[in-house]
Amino acid sequence: MSKINVKNKDIAVPGEVLAVGMESFPGIGTYREGENIVASRLGLVQLDGRTIKLILLSGRYIPKRGDTIICKVIDVGFSGWRLETNGPYSAMLSMKDATSQFIARGADLTQFYDLGDQIVCSITNVTSQKLVDVTMKGPGLRKLSGGRIIEVSSNKVPRIIGKQGSMVSMIKDATKCNITVGQNGLVWIDGSPEDELLAITTIRKIEEESHLSGLTDKIKEFLDKNKKTQKTDK
Amino acid sequence: MAYKERLNGRKFDETRKIEAKAGVIPRADGSAMFKIGNTWAYAAVYGPRNLHPKFLQDPSKGILRCNYNMMPFSSSGDRVRPGSSRRSKEISLVTEKALLPVLDLSEYPNSVVDVFIEFPQTEAGSRCAGICAAAMALADAGLAMKDLVAAVSVGRVDDKLLVDLDYNEEAYEEGPVADIPIAMSPNYGKVTLLQMDGLISKEQLKKVIEMGKKACKDIYEVQKKALKDRYKI
Repeated sequence: MSKINVKNKDIAVPGEVLAVGMESFPGIGTYREGENIVASRLGLVQLDGRTIKLILLSGRYIPKRGDTIICKVIDVGFSGWRLETNGPYSAMLSMKDATSQFIARGADLTQFYDLGDQIVCSITNVTSQKLVDVTMKGPGLRKLSGGRIIEVSSNKVPRIIGKQGSMVSMIKDATKCNITVGQNGLVWIDGSPEDELLAITTIRKIEEESHLSGLTDKIKEFLDKNKKTQKTDK
Repeated sequence: MAYKERLNGRKFDETRKIEAKAGVIPRADGSAMFKIGNTWAYAAVYGPRNLHPKFLQDPSKGILRCNYNMMPFSSSGDRVRPGSSRRSKEISLVTEKALLPVLDLSEYPNSVVDVFIEFPQTEAGSRCAGICAAAMALADAGLAMKDLVAAVSVGRVDDKLLVDLDYNEEAYEEGPVADIPIAMSPNYGKVTLLQMDGLISKEQLKKVIEMGKKACKDIYEVQKKALKDRYKI
């Protein structure tokens, strides 16, 4: 039997031996060195059957196929747009993937998306050299207007969204804001200024306490309390 | 007069007081502070991020760029002139080479990871403190690493071998002195930095490196604890 040195939700540091023996398997954020399973990143231990993996707590956004992200247009070319992804790599939106409308040869592409526009798009392909292709064809993919964008750690996005989007819909209901969460850690919020502010404080709170358990209840309580004070203020 | 006991009252294999903390600079992607005695190092990691000029890009892996910088009035001597110098360039380079063996940047082709190490005050052993802080900051930035890197200076003053020399020991005038900074990956026992200034015999060198390895393991425990405390419940 292999010996496991850690418990669920322990924090692992690079180089730390998590388990000894060939019965356990290394998952994300770990590697095998002889008999040992060793952590290769800073993260929260998760024992998943015989697999030992880490939930990462920090790090920049690295593009992945299928991610829905919020991007800024940084360049308009002949055949498409270059987008900033809030990570080390920029993405390319080609004319073909941007719209189903007919675009005449040599047309001015700024009439669709201009420099500085924020858009929600989905990643269709990432090459080994991290060339990123995105598309605008899909439900919810659009140009953003109004509202504001805040930056959170991309590792915390799953907690902000919650199981089947439970957390983000809770915030939406409580604050009456429109919210779009990009996998790259950019969150678009649109509502009245007070509501936007409450949504932002809530998201910051989730980001800070994302590694604690019982987060959903805590956030529910926080939202209820703050909604009340907002009402009495008025 | 032989060097019988240390000027500062420490034991020969005792380091100065160490304090470490991770996540001290919120705007950075990863950061850490490492204090050993009066030498204070702050490291901030930015990236992986887009790398320009383009000819520096490596399509097979990301690159690491370290920057060692002492603040103008950080040392007890003259004012340090701001900006890079021959000395700071060398230390930046050896820091980079001390960290690269444990760091895996193959996931981030064409990008760069920048490490800025700042010293508000120094009193000997700054490159070692810088490496300790940088290793913690890289781990805090969520980068893939085989292991952390711990570093300490060891050496000889007169006929005594000792760990973590302070300024008075480095400047000891009544006998020969050797100052040897060592960095190593504690779990693998591999040395990633070994430099020397001064005179020492082969036997003494072997012995003093063993002392350094032991001190590095103790420092590793401090680094580990600081990283774990960052997310303590």
